[in-house]
Amino acid sequence: MSVTKKDVNYVADLARLKLSEEETESLANDMNQILDYMTTLEELDTSDVEPLEHVIDLEYRLRDDKAKEPLSHEDALKNAPDADTDYFRVPRVIE
Amino acid sequence: MSSSVNDNYEAVIGLEVHAQLLTESKAFAPVSTEFGGSPNTQVSPLCLGHPGTLPVLNENLVRYIIKMGLATNCDIARKSIFARKNYFYPDLPKGYQISQYDTPICHDGHIDITTDGVDKKIGITRIHMEEDAGKSIHDQDPFNTLIDLNRAGVPLIEIVSEPDIRSAKEAYEYLKRIKQIVQYLEICDGNMEEGSLRCDANVSVRPKGREEFGTRTELKNMNSFRNVERAIDFEIERQIELIESGGKVVQQTLLWDANKMETRMMRSKEEAHDYRYFPEPDIPPVVVTDEMLEDIKEELPEMPDVRKQRFIDEFDMSDDDAQTLTEDRYLADFYEEVLLHAGNPKAVSNLILTEVLRTLNDRSIGIKEFPISEERLAGLVQLREDDKINSSAMTEIYNAMLEEEKTAEELAKEMNLVQVSDTDFLEPIVDEVIEQHPDEVERYRNGKKGLIGFFIGQVMQRSQGKANPEMVREMISDRLEQE
Repeated sequence: MSVTKKDVNYVADLARLKLSEEETESLANDMNQILDYMTTLEELDTSDVEPLEHVIDLEYRLRDDKAKEPLSHEDALKNAPDADTDYFRVPRVIE
Repeated sequence: MSSSVNDNYEAVIGLEVHAQLLTESKAFAPVSTEFGGSPNTQVSPLCLGHPGTLPVLNENLVRYIIKMGLATNCDIARKSIFARKNYFYPDLPKGYQISQYDTPICHDGHIDITTDGVDKKIGITRIHMEEDAGKSIHDQDPFNTLIDLNRAGVPLIEIVSEPDIRSAKEAYEYLKRIKQIVQYLEICDGNMEEGSLRCDANVSVRPKGREEFGTRTELKNMNSFRNVERAIDFEIERQIELIESGGKVVQQTLLWDANKMETRMMRSKEEAHDYRYFPEPDIPPVVVTDEMLEDIKEELPEMPDVRKQRFIDEFDMSDDDAQTLTEDRYLADFYEEVLLHAGNPKAVSNLILTEVLRTLNDRSIGIKEFPISEERLAGLVQLREDDKINSSAMTEIYNAMLEEEKTAEELAKEMNLVQVSDTDFLEPIVDEVIEQHPDEVERYRNGKKGLIGFFIGQVMQRSQGKANPEMVREMISDRLEQE
């Protein structure tokens, strides 16, 4: 199986990325190389190996269910490209 | 459509229910989940999707979903992982929702429902943890969409049923059962109108006897229990009609329009959903230890069926009455709390099942909004039990208690309804009534015993309703029989 430029464009579209013709081509090449490498790994027998879900093997500590002081309303809106006094403002989503 | 055509088809329905959890803080950030705060005041950098932030899982999200899993006979995965569900929408600032994909924490369970007296098991495929998105407001600003991120990151559980449901009514019963369970567990308030319980339905039809499923549609936007039932009924009819007229069901998402009572197509998206799930790298696998599981099992409350049976056994209640009282956890709690203050279970359940339920119904409120406290209501029951008021006075005082924050005893005195059982007070009234109605006395003595009610009524009226009717009956019948 090899990655086509169409595949790259599809994924780029989902990620809202705009790629030039050259970028599309070079990414398709990169992806194919990665997949080729993976096929080498496939030669190993991994039937006894647990899937690795996380690279750091640690026992996860859960957080106590307590609410703390939130971000101030001013700080929350401060970095927004557009906002009114209460809300973040974005281009109209539905017609 | 004729029912004979409908009888040739069978509906196959699966429900996806989202329940917003009653945690104090969000799923991955220590920020309040309280409903109704001013816009964008319950947020942290994490809720806003700022770079450099890390999610830290709320213990109660895990505990609550395990409770739900245990209450719905699920297997609990000892190790489960979170996944990122990637899509772009302005109320999802991170660009992905943290959810679970191929290792839900609860799976392979079931609940029991009863529809028209028939019991049935509905399978639960999975229950998984995820976070809510923010709120988009489209109708306040003519040119923009406004975003409130207070709800972003509020913990949700998604309960996915097997396609075991065969009618809109079964779907309704299933949903009611889910609501009852989350309320008993106190993990969600179960309010569909306010969106703390949300339901999507996958609906398809097939000719009876066929194994394979028909093409399904997904119904959304059903924001009450009745609307779920109506929308599914409508969609089943629509699909059958379509097939009967030679058409084909198209797989699509439909919105229920409660005003027009019909489903309509959601604006179709440019591309098919492709969420590109992958393991959430910021949250290590969630491990459920034996100790944690045992601890949670111990915290489980008495569940509806067990409580119902206890009410039947302990309070000598009918099946129907016990069913009604335990349907809503808070009503059952209310009943038991009143009982702590007033001794007679039968008297308490009678009052709740008649007057109190009527009030809740008339005012369209839940027991939590009921204006009379358990103690005050117990006072009313006790007053009647002690024979200090008669039953019609009880209703009058009850109605007054709905409006005024006073005890039953205070109101009984104020309204002059304290029952008089004093013969010195009642005797002259009885004498007067008998003297003034010689004809009725004659007819009574000639065998028309039913007239006793007339005499009692007269005495009650003249005592302004205060007389103890039992006593009056005794006094009158004594007088009329002896002479």
